[in-house]
Amino acid sequence: MKILVFAEQRDGKLKKASLEAMSVGRELADATGGEAAAVVVGQGISGLAAELGKVGADKVFVGDDALFAAYSNDAFGLAVGKAAQAYGADCILFSATAMGKDLAPKVTARLGMGLLSDVTAYSVEGGSPLFRRPIYAGKAFATLTPVPGKPFAVTLRPNVFPVADKAKAGEVVPLDHGVTPGDIKSVVQQILTAQGGLLDVAEANIIVSGGRGMKGPENFPILEALAKALGGAVGASRAAVDSGWIGHEHQVGQTGKVVSPGLYIACGISGAIQHLAGMSSSKVIVAVNKDPEAPIFKVATYGIVGDLFEVVPLMTKAVEELKAKG
Amino acid sequence: MNVLVCVKHVPDTETRVKVKPDGMGLDLAEANWVINPYDEFAVEEGIRLKEKLGGEVTALTVGDEEATKTLRQALAMGADKAVLLTDAAFQGGDALGIARVLAAAARKIPFDLILCGKHAVGEDNQQVGTLVAQLLDVPCVTVVTGLEFDGQAAICKREIEGGTEVVKASLPALITCQKGLNEPRYPSLKGIMAAKKKEVLKWGLADLGLEASTVGATGAGFQLRKLELPPPRPEGKVLAGEIPDQVKELVRLLREEAKAL
Ligand SMILES: Cc1cc2nc3c(=O)[nH]c(=O)nc-3n(C[C@H](O)[C@H](O)[C@H](O)COP(=O)(O)OP(=O)(O)OC[C@H]3O[C@@H](n4cnc5c(N)ncnc54)[C@H](O)[C@@H]3O)c2cc1C
Ligand SMILES: Nc1ncnc2c1ncn2[C@@H]1O[C@H](COP(=O)(O)O)[C@@H](O)[C@H]1O
Repeated sequence: MKILVFAEQRDGKLKKASLEAMSVGRELADATGGEAAAVVVGQGISGLAAELGKVGADKVFVGDDALFAAYSNDAFGLAVGKAAQAYGADCILFSATAMGKDLAPKVTARLGMGLLSDVTAYSVEGGSPLFRRPIYAGKAFATLTPVPGKPFAVTLRPNVFPVADKAKAGEVVPLDHGVTPGDIKSVVQQILTAQGGLLDVAEANIIVSGGRGMKGPENFPILEALAKALGGAVGASRAAVDSGWIGHEHQVGQTGKVVSPGLYIACGISGAIQHLAGMSSSKVIVAVNKDPEAPIFKVATYGIVGDLFEVVPLMTKAVEELKAKG
Repeated sequence: MNVLVCVKHVPDTETRVKVKPDGMGLDLAEANWVINPYDEFAVEEGIRLKEKLGGEVTALTVGDEEATKTLRQALAMGADKAVLLTDAAFQGGDALGIARVLAAAARKIPFDLILCGKHAVGEDNQQVGTLVAQLLDVPCVTVVTGLEFDGQAAICKREIEGGTEVVKASLPALITCQKGLNEPRYPSLKGIMAAKKKEVLKWGLADLGLEASTVGATGAGFQLRKLELPPPRPEGKVLAGEIPDQVKELVRLLREEAKAL
């Protein structure tokens, strides 16, 4: 198969998720006896091709143009579609990031392709790929295979696939993108970054979450301190979000973010079905809850039955001591 | 402003999912079906715009007769019209198949804005809104938490990793709604009574001028191989002893046993 990977950059830096996607692209190409290319779009970004070569791109289609200075799904969608046609791609891979999820359907609608969202595993059987994806926010998993002979696209969940070291030529191909200013009907005018510079839960490998047991917004700094000591992000249950203690972008669950970090620490969260759906594929789960009967303990790797206001600061201290020792 | 709202009939989030013995379908017999939670934000936003600017709100759904319940919910909240898009030929269609049906319906109704949910719980595709927009060749802004208008343009706030993007899109446009955009209202008793009297139109393949091969199972891009439940999580450990000792033990386990630190 010929695999094309959309490589996402912001401010001239490639996202780690794109390196993961490129690595998957390389492996799929090798397993099916094909080749893998990347497409990168932006302004002043030609230098990124070398980085994509290092993780397995045979070729890199580069759309370097002032028209791509700000993200527009119109312009980027046209450009990626052009790259797919120029390459003759059988498969287009995106990361399931905010941009990837926004862009992928733009491309597949234009090309009339099927699209699988948020894939978390794949394999190759008899030359055809199989993709596994959560449905019902992880309450079940579906395994699907593309209809033979039909080109298709996939978005890959970030933080799931390793970045492989498989250097290829990364030959630069200037992209004949064909985009004109008239094509751009929607464009990003401004990006407002969240204050505090804390990591986003969707990108973090460690998440410390608080629920109704936090009692009020004034107590969230104790979670932030633990998250900071661990280099992680702060998450929340819907109860905490709906009480107005923390922004919705922190909500984990079926109607929040579905996450699978290496470590998830749930503090004062009971473990309602909608919350569990969003986090129970985390590798290690720690639960801190006063109530030994709380359902969160059913999925916890380690549990402490106790008052989070006592436990969390002690944990922060223990982690800081550990880090200090190195 | 004329607004189309796309609403999906889905199993509610309390649903415990079961897989059928053959692994090729879900057993949702015990599920309680509701309007997709994100589509409530879309209906609410449509009604608010109508209340402010005039015009009509039309709710659309692709589904079977049962999905009429979700249309009635939209009508009870305050939508003016509803269309059930239903046909045996739509069965088994993927997101693109559904989007083709919705786009064909949208071509028959004048609109300034189409509102969808950010995603439909269950299939979790997060595609249909954008697909519809692209098929209709109108701009699309996804995961919107704030919406204002500046002449013939929508100024949208959308959620991205660690921040918010401000996106300007010319009208007509399609927007997918995220929590934070508004607080959906509960239908009033008067609204519920009025909804019962409102007509629900029914359009099928022929009314929409679609080819069966592009919308149903034959048009789908992927074939299902199997459905399964997540593997059970290994038995956990609940620690014991004085809290300070438990915390020490926890950190040791995280580092040495789980290798998570
Ligand atoms: C359509 C819909 C969608 C939903 N989507 C989501 C979603 O995406 N994410 C989500 O999280 N929920 C979601 N919910 C809500 C969900 O059903 C629960 O209501 C919610 O998860 C409960 O949050 P909680 O665990 O923080 O609160 P509670 O259930 O009230 O639990 C609080 C816990 O804190 C413990 N506690 C209290 N004080 C302390 C203390 N000092 N120390 C230690 N422990 C303490 C208590 O023992 C209790 O277990 C959704 C609901 C609906 C209807
Ligand atoms: N069968 C359907 N009928 C009407 N609208 C739908 C349907 N499926 C999806 N949508 C709309 O598209 C949004 C995103 O759905 P999805 O791409 O399936 O996650 C939903 O929130 C609805 O607004």
